[in-house]
Amino acid sequence: MTTELILFFSLALIAIITGLGLLISKNAIYAALYLVLNFFTIAIFYLLLGGAFIAMAQVSVYAGAIMVLFLFVIMILGAEKLGKSNTVAWQRPVAIILSIILLIEAGYVLFWRTAPVQAAQTLPDGFGGPASIGNVLLNNYLLPFEITSVLLLVAMIGAIVLTHKQKTDKEV
Amino acid sequence: MAIEFLPIAILFVLAIALAVFIVFLGSIFGPKRYINTKMMPYESGMTPIGPGTRRMNVRFYLIAVLFILFDIEVIFFLPWAVVFRSLGLFALIEMLVFIGILLVGYVYAWKKGALEWE
Amino acid sequence: MSDPINLIANWLQGLLLGLGLSVGLTKIILSFVGAVVVATIGMLTVIFLIWLERKIAGRIQDRLGPNRAGPYGLLQPFADVIKILTKEYTTPDGADVVVYNIAPIMAVASVLLIWAVIPFASTVVGTNLNVGVLYIMAVGAFGLLSILMAGLSSNNKFALLGAFRSVAQLISYEIPMVVSLLMPVIFARSMGLVDIVEAQMPWFIILSPLAALIFIIASMAEVNRAPFDLMEAESEIVAGFHIEYSGMKFGMFYVGEFLHVFTVGALVATLFLGGWRGPWAEQYPILGLIYFYIKTFVGYFIVAWVRLTVPRIRIDQMLDFNWKFLTPLSLVLLIITAVLDRVLVLVNSERWVYSLVMFLANILIIWATVEVLKKTTSKPKRKEFPMRPVAMAPETSTSTEPSS
Repeated sequence: MTTELILFFSLALIAIITGLGLLISKNAIYAALYLVLNFFTIAIFYLLLGGAFIAMAQVSVYAGAIMVLFLFVIMILGAEKLGKSNTVAWQRPVAIILSIILLIEAGYVLFWRTAPVQAAQTLPDGFGGPASIGNVLLNNYLLPFEITSVLLLVAMIGAIVLTHKQKTDKEV
Repeated sequence: MAIEFLPIAILFVLAIALAVFIVFLGSIFGPKRYINTKMMPYESGMTPIGPGTRRMNVRFYLIAVLFILFDIEVIFFLPWAVVFRSLGLFALIEMLVFIGILLVGYVYAWKKGALEWE
Repeated sequence: MSDPINLIANWLQGLLLGLGLSVGLTKIILSFVGAVVVATIGMLTVIFLIWLERKIAGRIQDRLGPNRAGPYGLLQPFADVIKILTKEYTTPDGADVVVYNIAPIMAVASVLLIWAVIPFASTVVGTNLNVGVLYIMAVGAFGLLSILMAGLSSNNKFALLGAFRSVAQLISYEIPMVVSLLMPVIFARSMGLVDIVEAQMPWFIILSPLAALIFIIASMAEVNRAPFDLMEAESEIVAGFHIEYSGMKFGMFYVGEFLHVFTVGALVATLFLGGWRGPWAEQYPILGLIYFYIKTFVGYFIVAWVRLTVPRIRIDQMLDFNWKFLTPLSLVLLIITAVLDRVLVLVNSERWVYSLVMFLANILIIWATVEVLKKTTSKPKRKEFPMRPVAMAPETSTSTEPSS
């Protein structure tokens, strides 16, 4: 239990640091690489929770596919070095007030509203494995699963429409 | 579950350590003679023109988006491929519907010429 | 005596436990030793492979290949290593030093990681993940990142273009590769590589030759090898994403590429050629190890052979071939395999009937594909030129020349 706790807190620290790095870094490529590290730590969190499948999916979709998309978009926009952004005057105080409210809320939930921690249950055999995920996905969560395909379809059409607008303009 | 990944974590650390060590060896044995022109980015012998980075073509974006969509689709296939024999005919039809909806998008992409590299 | 590897492992375990170490620590130390062995064998194999590939290349191109250093030129790769170690590191001006230096290290690590899940023999496997196939996919993400990092940090237009090209290629061909990986998963009803090897009573290349073919083609693109080596088209973008790397940093990319090709061979052997399976492999695991290595070299040889035979393709051909041919073909194969599997399990057919029907279905798909291709592809018509005299009379030739 203690090794798991040490692991958890060190990973949590890494996750927070990389998250901060993502926000603070001026270079968009660095921000994207911090995001990769962040995704990777989250994948390890999934692993510690027993979800090997979801952890691997996290690495392969987020650290792989989404990250490639981000880096591609950064280079397509030529936005790797951010210039001075024009901030709205009241942006900063509002942000500070909102984040303080969020912190208070989180602290309230964490310290006063938490249910007593229950003893950790031993996971059933094959928990989080591909077979159990497949069973749950194809039986209990059938509708969300099928709707996902519609979502993917919409995303595909959207991307095509967005990128091919120029071409039709040129032809006309 | 996580214990099965212990050898992988060790191998990961070790592989990185090995690679760092070999690269470090190179820095010991290799000469270090700094010449201004040697450190210029290589452009077949010319003095580099303009900045080293440039805006890339938007076609790469389309490829990346198509990849993400198919990647997610394939990840849904994987657990299905493991269990579909035990789940019976229903699981098969479900997946055919799933593939079918995606194929609609695929045909659309083809007809719109999104798969061309002009 | 039948299983020396586990014999040594058990002896080591007994020794460590005898020293009074805890079970957990012993496990960690054993994994560490295993990882050291895998990494060392990987590196040594690469050194041998470089020699082998140059020898094969020599033979195919009608020359001798390395034959000066040592017998049959066997010491040539060691000479190369010594040479490359004594080269200077040049970091281009304006490069992003941190990212620039991490990239080659990740390139090697990403390939070595795949070896953790490959079963070398019935008793020798790093770790038996039940998500093995997905793990291979996930590790590929590191390779993508290392290429992108190298291209983005080098402060060089050509490196950037090369990185974008090769990443576009890698992500495109990952789709048919993973879809073709689904066929072994369907047959074995498991994603773990150990289970997949154990389920191969007839090898899966017999059950699904088309899937094996698609996997090999897509893997060739994944390792950026000819005919898919357009990221290092010298005449267009100099050398691709690793243009600015010198000395051992370039060597790391080079080692990573060779190791990746060998890993592709290992994956082909594991997924389609029955892994360690062979006569008496279960009684004598050391035999399984030998079978596995032979099959891996067969897979490696195919990739090297194609590389040395076929010319480089253009980027539009590369993308067309993937998106308009391999991807739909692999999806069709997936649908037909799934439907047939359902039907055959429903009628409760024998093992050999199942294999035969699957094999015939694959052959049928290949035949249909070839026929469709014949019908749809329009051959560019040869331009007709009027006949010209081979040599002209001296009077006429002088008169047509714009002299004076």
